[in-house]
Amino acid sequence: MTREETLLLIAEVARLLEGCRHVAVGALSPIPAAGALLARELAGGTMRVSILGSRRHSPFTEGGRELFDCAAQGRIDAFFLSGVQIDGAGNVNLLGLVAEGRVTRRFAGNFGAPYLAYLVPRLILFSSDHDPRRLVEKVDYVTAPGSGPPGVWRKGGPVALLTPRCRFAFRDGRFLLESLHPDQDLDEVRAQTGFTFDLAGRVAVTAPPPEEWRACILGPVREAMAEVYPLFATRLAG
Amino acid sequence: MSPLSVEELASRIPDGSSVALPPDYSGCAMAVIRALLRRPARDLRLIGVPQLGLQADLLIGAGCVAEIEMAAISLGEHGLAPAFQRTWEQRRLVVRESTCPAIHAGLQAAEKGIPFIPLRGVLGSDLPAMRPDWKVIDNPFAEADPILLVSAIRPDVALFHAPLADRAGNVWIGVRRELMTMAHAAARCLVTVEAITGEDLLAEDRTAAGTIPGLYVEAVAEAPEGGRPVGLQGSYPPDRDWIGRYARKARSEDGFAAMLAEFLAA
Repeated sequence: MTREETLLLIAEVARLLEGCRHVAVGALSPIPAAGALLARELAGGTMRVSILGSRRHSPFTEGGRELFDCAAQGRIDAFFLSGVQIDGAGNVNLLGLVAEGRVTRRFAGNFGAPYLAYLVPRLILFSSDHDPRRLVEKVDYVTAPGSGPPGVWRKGGPVALLTPRCRFAFRDGRFLLESLHPDQDLDEVRAQTGFTFDLAGRVAVTAPPPEEWRACILGPVREAMAEVYPLFATRLAG
Repeated sequence: MSPLSVEELASRIPDGSSVALPPDYSGCAMAVIRALLRRPARDLRLIGVPQLGLQADLLIGAGCVAEIEMAAISLGEHGLAPAFQRTWEQRRLVVRESTCPAIHAGLQAAEKGIPFIPLRGVLGSDLPAMRPDWKVIDNPFAEADPILLVSAIRPDVALFHAPLADRAGNVWIGVRRELMTMAHAAARCLVTVEAITGEDLLAEDRTAAGTIPGLYVEAVAEAPEGGRPVGLQGSYPPDRDWIGRYARKARSEDGFAAMLAEFLAA
């Protein structure tokens, strides 16, 4: 991913968080963390951001469990999920690839996703790659389902999927293409997406971040990122 | 309580123990891990609270581990845990998949001395199918509200590294309260610290609030810089060069052996 693409995605994350009072960011999520920090800067002090693993950008004083308890109390408005696979029904797979009922390639693990997906109302799906291996028709393993199941306590679900190529909204259990990032082509996006998705009239082009947002990302946001994501912060500096 | 040496502390972790470990950012007793590697310990059952990192990867790569339970295992920004990945591919250890809040809640159940605890979410994920020991019941206080029950997690040992202890075995952990939960939940708690103070950490509210009372702590060993190379928040940072090199080299058996030798020699 180029630096420009990274800046665009950080800005898109910030747009998706508009109006949130408290945003939490989990492990291994540098772009969502940077986007949340940008949104916090833009909100002028009305948004809280809690970054897992951070000492300075996490308000919690009750240990690792507090984030999860806080979510269960309804005090977290938005959270991010990434996956090794995301499918057309909004299901997320963090664990690994399965063949013949057996996990054949595994990644780090499920983290808190099987829980937070039910308790945080605004889930933003994020994929750092956009190809048919990552965006599949059906996930091998469900870490967190896109909807339901019926009868199970749930506060919300996915609202969007952001990738390096485009932004989808999630409506009625399906993805709707909302905007293509600059220089992306609809046919190519279709070819690189393993699931079918809906279109609503003309597809917009994602607006690049305004100059003051860029300055903010490369200034205070980058500085804050260095605590938990030092490698990412260094790359962002260019 | 008189402090033990790091080796004495390690000798209190018998082979086959279940050992609760914090994630890499929360205070890891790396000096004790080194002693366990030298022994070498066998058949340990590690519990990540809630995830595991470098300390588990070293133990797994050296053949000290029979089973792990955790929400995830990785080296964070440095990528997947290489020795774990290789061992898992060869199916040489048992993995009990979990999710962060289930680990925390299971430890909280142990704190309360109750056998299980309900937890929201998770139903509809494929995770419960991997955990036949978890149960689903109907909330007995409401209509049509299925809810997950996870069993209490009572580790044999909680092992971690903290900034400070006093002579009575009170351990100051500051804001790292998952260490408090681990200490409460485990049958025995073994701690290394940067330093041992002559003051009473429970005397002043300012330190007492962030202090694990000695009643939960079986033994303390002084281990200055005992958190290297993963670091100790507020004291010294992770050695990112070393961890990055480990993440790359330990992908091969030979590379792992070289990094292990380097770690043991440090």
